[in-house]
Amino acid sequence: MKQIQLNQVSKRFGVFEVIPPLDLEIEEGEFVVFVGPSGCGKSTLLRLIAGLEDVSGGQILINGEDTTTIPPANRGLAMVFQSYALYPHMSVRNNIAFPLRMAGLAKEEQNRRVEEAAKVLNLTDYLDRRPGQLSGGQRQRVAIGRAIVREPTAFLFDEPLSNLDAALRVGMRLEISELHKRLATTMIYVTHDQVEAMTMADKIVVLQAGFIEQVGSPLELYHNPRNTFVAGFIGSPRMNLLTGKQAENKGAHTIGIRPEHISISPKKGDWQGIVGVSEHLGSDTFLHVTSPDFDETLTVRASGEVELAYGDKVYLTPDLTHLHKFDDKGLRIK
Amino acid sequence: MARAVTPRRKLFNTLLAWAVGMIIFFPIFWIFVLSFKTEGDAISTPLEVLTSAWTLESYAVVQDRSDYFKHFTNSVIIAVGSTLLGVLVAVPAAWSMAFVPSKRTRGILMWMLSTKMLPAVGVLYPIYLLFIEMGLLDSRTGLVIVLMLINLPIIVWMLYTYFREIPVEILEAARMDGASLRSELLYVLTPMAIPGIASTVLLNVILAWNEAFWTLNLTAAKAAPLTAFIASYSSPEGLFYAKLSAASVMAITPILIMGWFSQKQLVRGLTFGAVK
Repeated sequence: MKQIQLNQVSKRFGVFEVIPPLDLEIEEGEFVVFVGPSGCGKSTLLRLIAGLEDVSGGQILINGEDTTTIPPANRGLAMVFQSYALYPHMSVRNNIAFPLRMAGLAKEEQNRRVEEAAKVLNLTDYLDRRPGQLSGGQRQRVAIGRAIVREPTAFLFDEPLSNLDAALRVGMRLEISELHKRLATTMIYVTHDQVEAMTMADKIVVLQAGFIEQVGSPLELYHNPRNTFVAGFIGSPRMNLLTGKQAENKGAHTIGIRPEHISISPKKGDWQGIVGVSEHLGSDTFLHVTSPDFDETLTVRASGEVELAYGDKVYLTPDLTHLHKFDDKGLRIK
Repeated sequence: MARAVTPRRKLFNTLLAWAVGMIIFFPIFWIFVLSFKTEGDAISTPLEVLTSAWTLESYAVVQDRSDYFKHFTNSVIIAVGSTLLGVLVAVPAAWSMAFVPSKRTRGILMWMLSTKMLPAVGVLYPIYLLFIEMGLLDSRTGLVIVLMLINLPIIVWMLYTYFREIPVEILEAARMDGASLRSELLYVLTPMAIPGIASTVLLNVILAWNEAFWTLNLTAAKAAPLTAFIASYSSPEGLFYAKLSAASVMAITPILIMGWFSQKQLVRGLTFGAVK
């Protein structure tokens, strides 16, 4: 069932159009990720759904009901902010209980739900502390706790992990995914990190300059990017997008090949090249190769350790089943 | 490398800082000393002043001649009253400018500040006439109103600065959590702004307490606060150094004590927003 539906929703700040009219449908229980570079309008789109910004045009339906002009408090959504946005003067317990208090729930019911959420989020020992006495990860858990006690229609996450360090981010990513599996509640998650998008999403919405470039499952986007923007944005290291003669030979303006779909050999192959910088990750090696066939530097992913040094002559062979072709407008050629 | 400070340089800086501090503090120290001397000793050479006998005579005479507590009460009512009234007007103003700014917010703030650039004496005549007309001359109500208006720009500016420091996301979180505007103000914003409101109140009580231009010009006997009490001992001809000093000490002691106990809050208030 369609739970959240945007019909021709647009947003202007003065004369500046941040989001041109767009349509989007989000199914019940889906984990949807809005991803795109900074300034692409993903946070604005989330805030429009939340009701923290007014739309300039169009309609937002939640559970079939037109909520376009309904204040945020009455949309039944809960939001987790990048800065956590905890109430610094309240204890963790009161922070989590705040939405319940606003809803006028009985004290016992408030306590029951807070304890329950604290147990799920490993916060039981911290309930009487202030947010200032917690670490970043714990604060984010409190923010999530404050969201789940409301049992909302959908959760909105606005770059919730970008203030955490790398190790913590991976941990919290898993926790949020697990929470989604357990609660089976719709989640809309905004991030600029395509790894977060790929690992967490059921459905990814790629945005650029307010336009939806593509909507699809992580693997759909990975295998069938609709244009060069999506092709370059999804996947890490990013897809090699190559122009010039070799591309024309394949009947395209631009060809795209992912680093993991190029094999490298010191003896023979389709394209020749010179090894530049290598990045050793242990499990993989990323080799940056320059080639007389292309203007662009190619990135090649080799499994494990590779015995190639700076300046070595190599041959590259693309896996043609994974070759993407794009026309001069950057659109995929079917 | 961090800036290195040699021990010699440190010693020099310390001495210099103490010297400047002493120069600033000296007049207050001297007033304090003179207040415990007889009029005769007070006008002798500094060495004689320090070595002469100590006496409470001046305090007794001052209290005998003018009613200290009447002036003290007037000062408290005027300082606290004008500050509270100012805060009451300024909170909603600063609130709307900080959280719902418009294109003209900046201009309004600058305009408010510009009123502080006008010499007070420039509007003395019209205000004096208005006071006569409205029967406010030599009344505490009149002074509360005037001092509130005089300090209002500072109160609005200070509160505006504090409110700006409160992250909007926290208010938005409250809105998402189902808080009405009233609950948002009552349970989230006000508790968070209390330190800012407190230091604004403190600073403005001090400013209003020490204000001498309007309090001297618009009062006679009834509503005269401590500034007028001091001024009554300042005579260009007579030599009332000891009594003048005793009156000054009596007038500044309450506000010094208040300032001493609230200095942490005051410093925090004045440097707020400077370091994040």
